[in-house]
Order: sequence, then structure tokens, then C-alpha cells
Amino acid sequence: MIGVVDYKAGNLKSVDSALSHLQGDFFISDDPEKLLKSDKMIFPGVGEALSAMTVLRSSGLGDAVREFAASGKPLLGICLGAQIVFDHSEERDTACLGLIPGKVKRFAPDMGLKVPHMGWNTIEHIDIPLFRGIPQNSSFYFVHSYYIDAEYDDNRAAVCEYGISFTAAAVKNNILACQFHPEKSGEAGLQLIKNFIELY
Amino acid sequence: MFQKRIVVCLDVKEGRCTKGIKFKDNIDVGDPVGMAAKYYRDGADELVFYDITASHEKRGIMIDVVRKVAEQIFIPFCVGGGISTLDDIKDVILAGAEKVSVNSSAVRNPSLIEEGASLFGSQCIVLGMDAAADPEMPSGYRVFINGGRKAMDLDALAWAKQAESLGAGEIVLNSIDADGMKTGYEINLTKMISESVGIPVVASGGAGKPEHLAEVLKAGSADAALIASMVHFGDYSVGDIKKHLMSQNIPVRL
Repeated sequence: MIGVVDYKAGNLKSVDSALSHLQGDFFISDDPEKLLKSDKMIFPGVGEALSAMTVLRSSGLGDAVREFAASGKPLLGICLGAQIVFDHSEERDTACLGLIPGKVKRFAPDMGLKVPHMGWNTIEHIDIPLFRGIPQNSSFYFVHSYYIDAEYDDNRAAVCEYGISFTAAAVKNNILACQFHPEKSGEAGLQLIKNFIELY
Repeated sequence: MFQKRIVVCLDVKEGRCTKGIKFKDNIDVGDPVGMAAKYYRDGADELVFYDITASHEKRGIMIDVVRKVAEQIFIPFCVGGGISTLDDIKDVILAGAEKVSVNSSAVRNPSLIEEGASLFGSQCIVLGMDAAADPEMPSGYRVFINGGRKAMDLDALAWAKQAESLGAGEIVLNSIDADGMKTGYEINLTKMISESVGIPVVASGGAGKPEHLAEVLKAGSADAALIASMVHFGDYSVGDIKKHLMSQNIPVRL
């Protein structure tokens, strides 16, 4: 059973729709106790880092995500959820959960690129079960103004180019994170979610 | 590689698509959910639904459509038409749309952009703008509201910049002069706005053949191109258009 963490950061309808479409066994909850009992966790999120961390602290959901990660059970962070598993975000200088070493930085405005990075971009990924059946340079849908800079190469599961090369997906043991929205990335995205359901 | 988007637009009235549409596939051409699924399979990068329902009482039907589309279509989509309050924005977002487009209501009440962006994030709030050439305006283009029927004392470039500073995450820029002509997008207008703001600009109005999209995505500096009748009437498929763009070295998702 997959527990989807509801911490009021954006809308969970699209994650709900994708998991239902794939006939995944899941529930959406804001109850730390219930979520800790799940076998896998999806940690989504859209919005801004500091307010998200504030909610995570006051609700006890941040501790639940940490405890779940420490238990060794599979955890998948998406978009803001992916950023928050790192150490720190430049977005309002926010201390994050620190589950994977690295920082979240702002796209520099002087690169002549539009920010947010919004739209479809290709990624290059390493060979882990999350990307099984997904060809190199497949396109995924991104919407973000801050990017993940994983500290160690070992934790970079996928990279993407937007002015600079940034961490599009990360892995550290049982912890997975993707900056893009698999639930909005067509068939490639559905395959990734299916892989998380079936292979972890 | 970052890709240019092809956005397919569907007009919906009281829960049904309004334009006569020729599909070879055996689907209900009036059903927005079936049509959305068809364009999803054909490789559209994003969809826009414009609710042209006249009566306020029947608006709830659109929310049902949005909910059903969200359950079956795994690409982003935007809903516009008649969005005038924060509650309207909230209803559409909670039903599963990624984005909401505001047009006339934002001209009348610019704080709608600001409040919507602070509540749901800039990425959710799209400014829809109808503009036409007017030498009396500083940028050469004037903003119109009410579906292009009412001229405003508002410069198109100034309004685009103001909307960006209020928190709009994207602009869908419709040229009234080019709309329906099928002779190509308004390149000058698109280029001017797109190169003056830091948010993505979707060109709209005037597409008749794939070459028009290539032109506006290159010379017009647009980040995305919106199409409707070109694909609705079966003249081209999304795949045909993308093939042409590829041949012009314009990066698209296949």
C-alpha cells in the first residue's frame, strides 16, 4: 500500500489520477501514523519551500517522512517534494529534510532563459529500476524556478539541461526523487510511476 | 533538450465541444473528454479548454469535464473562459487542471492575477490576452476584452509586463488581426511580447499550416504555439506538425 503525503502543498488530483489509472493500491493522508504504516511513500508537492517546510514541521509530517526514509522503505519525492528531501533550498533560505546531500538553487536570471523552467525537456538517466523501459532522452514535464544540485555524482539518477546541467532525478538507497512531474509526463511518466509501484 | 510546445485548444459549451470536427477515428466528436484523449494519443504537449457557456448556472458542467479529463489525460491542461473570481480559479484547479487562464476579468481586476498566484503559485495563472494593431498605442498594439469586442485604453506590452510583475506564470497571446485568417501568426506582436517578458509566451491566432508554427516559434520567439481548427478539421495531425518542426530543427517532443 502506497501512502501519498498530503501536506497542503498544491493539488494532489493528478497524482491521484495517475495512481488510479495504473490501478495502484494507495491512499492519500495527512496523518503521520497512518502514513508510517504504508509500504511505500509518495511525497509530492507544488509551491514554495519555506511554507511547505513550516507545514511539515508543525504537522509532524516532516518527521514522519524522515522516519519512513530511515526505515528503508521506498520513498518517491516529486517536484517540491523532491527538492525538500535535500539539505537546503535557496528559496527563502529554507532548511529542508536532509535525506540526500545537496542544495536547491535558483536558476540564474542572467542566462537569458525564461524562469520558471516550464515545459517538456529530455533527460539522461542511469540504469535503475525507476527508469526501466524508458529510453534515454525521453521527455518529461517540468515546472520549477529552483533546481536540485546533488552533492555527489552517485546520487544523480538523471540530469537535464536548462542553461546548466541540473539533477532531474536523484537516488540514495531507498530514497528516490524527481524534479519533473511523472504524473503529467504522458506515457514515459506513467511508466516511471508503474516502475515505482512494481519494482520497489 | 528543452522543447517547444504544441498546445491544442478546444472550445466547450455546456459540456460539449462546439466546432464541427472531422476525425477519422470512431469517437464522439462533441465529447471534450474523448477529444482530449485523442489529442493526448496524437502527441499534443498541452491542452486548453475554453468554456464558452453563456449562462452562469451551467458552469458546473465544465467542472465535471475538467475532472474527467484529469482522470484520463496525463499531460498538463489549462481552463479558460468566464473565470472571474478566486473561487472560479479554485474550482478549476481542485478539479485537476494545472492552469487557469484569466482574460477580461484580469483587465478589470488585476489583483485577480496576484491573489490567484499567491494562492496556487504563478505556474497556475495564465494571462490570456487579445490584442490588435493600433498605431495610437505606445507598443503599436491595443488590448481588447469581452472576446475581442471591447477596446480598452491599455497597451499590450505594458499589460504583459504588468501581468508578469503581478505573478502570471505564462501569457497566451491572441492576435485579433490574425485570428481565423489562417495566414500565419502575428510575428511582430509575438516577438515583441515574448522578448520583453521573462515568462513563457504561447502564440495564438492565425495558424493554417505547419510552416506557420515554425515561423512563430523561430522568428516570433514564442515558447509554444496554440492550434485549433488546423487539427480539428483533419487537415493536419499533431504528428504532421511535429514532423515539420523537426525538419526545421525546432526541438519538439515525439
